[in-house]
Amino acid sequence: MSGKYKQVAYYPGCALEGTGHAYNRSTKELGKALGLDVVELENWNCCGAMEVKNVDPKLQTYLSARNLSIAEGMGFDTVMAPCNGCYHNLKKAEYDLANDPASREVTERLSRKAGHKTYEAGKVETIHALDWIKGAVGEEGLKARVKNSLKGLKVANYYGCMYTRPRHIFPEKDKGPGSESTSKPHFMDDLLAAAGAENVDYPLKTACCGGAHTLSDSDTSTKLVLNLLTTAEACGADVIATECPTCHTGLEMHQVRAEKVFGRKTTVKILYFTQLLGMALGLSARKVGVHENFSDSSDLLRARRLG
Amino acid sequence: MMTDVRTMSLDDVASRLEGMIAAPDAALATAAPDLAGELLALGETILEVWLAARGERLTARTVEGFRLLALHRQGARGDPSFNACRETCRELVYHYNLVRLEPAHADVARRLRLGAMVARHLQLFIGGKLEVAGLGEFCCSSRPLRQHEAPAQPVANV
Repeated sequence: MSGKYKQVAYYPGCALEGTGHAYNRSTKELGKALGLDVVELENWNCCGAMEVKNVDPKLQTYLSARNLSIAEGMGFDTVMAPCNGCYHNLKKAEYDLANDPASREVTERLSRKAGHKTYEAGKVETIHALDWIKGAVGEEGLKARVKNSLKGLKVANYYGCMYTRPRHIFPEKDKGPGSESTSKPHFMDDLLAAAGAENVDYPLKTACCGGAHTLSDSDTSTKLVLNLLTTAEACGADVIATECPTCHTGLEMHQVRAEKVFGRKTTVKILYFTQLLGMALGLSARKVGVHENFSDSSDLLRARRLG
Repeated sequence: MMTDVRTMSLDDVASRLEGMIAAPDAALATAAPDLAGELLALGETILEVWLAARGERLTARTVEGFRLLALHRQGARGDPSFNACRETCRELVYHYNLVRLEPAHADVARRLRLGAMVARHLQLFIGGKLEVAGLGEFCCSSRPLRQHEAPAQPVANV
């Protein structure tokens, strides 16, 4: 273990307290199994995802900055956000506060009004759960701890569109070997391969899942998800591994809807990467929240003797 | 049978892609290089539909040797959410290259089929964007919804 990210501030965000609870549970259990500490931010607030950002982007910057300020106040220099939306917004706030005087001015004013210290760019690093495991344990560390290899399990790694976009808010990516790529992300592939999984070459790993569209135009979302699912199956995948609660829920719900509305049944399973890694480390399916998923993967897990 | 992609609507494109995806391996393998070219052209047509709907003059330029990538860049100008299809376009180019470089590869039919599925994602994404163009943007990292209809309350009043 590198020691890097051994203890990090944890920002679960709203989704992980609701539909993405299995991700919350499996992230914490995975950390525990790996000897890593996560300390949840005290009195955290919404990152401003979608709703606030669509009304007032600078207010969203403030909301995310407040979470970063809390992390700093708790003595942390790193905050880990497993949700792509939260991760994206905290990174965006960091970028805006470093580069946009108007965003700084609004954040200062609202922080004063709310009675807390104004967050200044550069004090806290925001990382994703993938960065956390990769940085703290790495592939070799994972390999050494695997008790129940994912060998033979064919996985399509799906990152969604917000993990790498827009590129300018992720200055640490695209730095050559060892860094994450914005055009062809691989951290999840690397970690699952270390646990024995066979990653398939999935051409839609960063394609849109239609998540934000799901209420206004459900049919388009269902068709986008159906294409993600059928393409994963065409690639030979047993499982789609996810790392975002919005994408994950979208894939699960629209898999059901695709069958109901369009009569198109797909059988590929959908699991969080933290659930797969947790089971590879010997944790039970229940411990990593497989029972909280909408998608039923019990037959596959039984057949593979996982969890 | 090759198709004149320049006169196609998005629905036509979708039908053609479904045909490619459902075609038997032998049919795909026999015409692999031509079909790869057609896939790329279908991708360009999809982006042209979007640009034309926005009243833009279509670029004839290329990026990294591909007009598809130049059209994507044009479509993304001033519209960050459009970048959600950036890698989809690049994957389409990658599958084109795969097939054109190894037209006799044992896996060529599967490569073409996957390329068609990638193109289908592009078609669905652009179709979705067109569908809601009057309501706002498509993606959650987008500009404010209905910005032109009801300006947000200034932060000063928060």
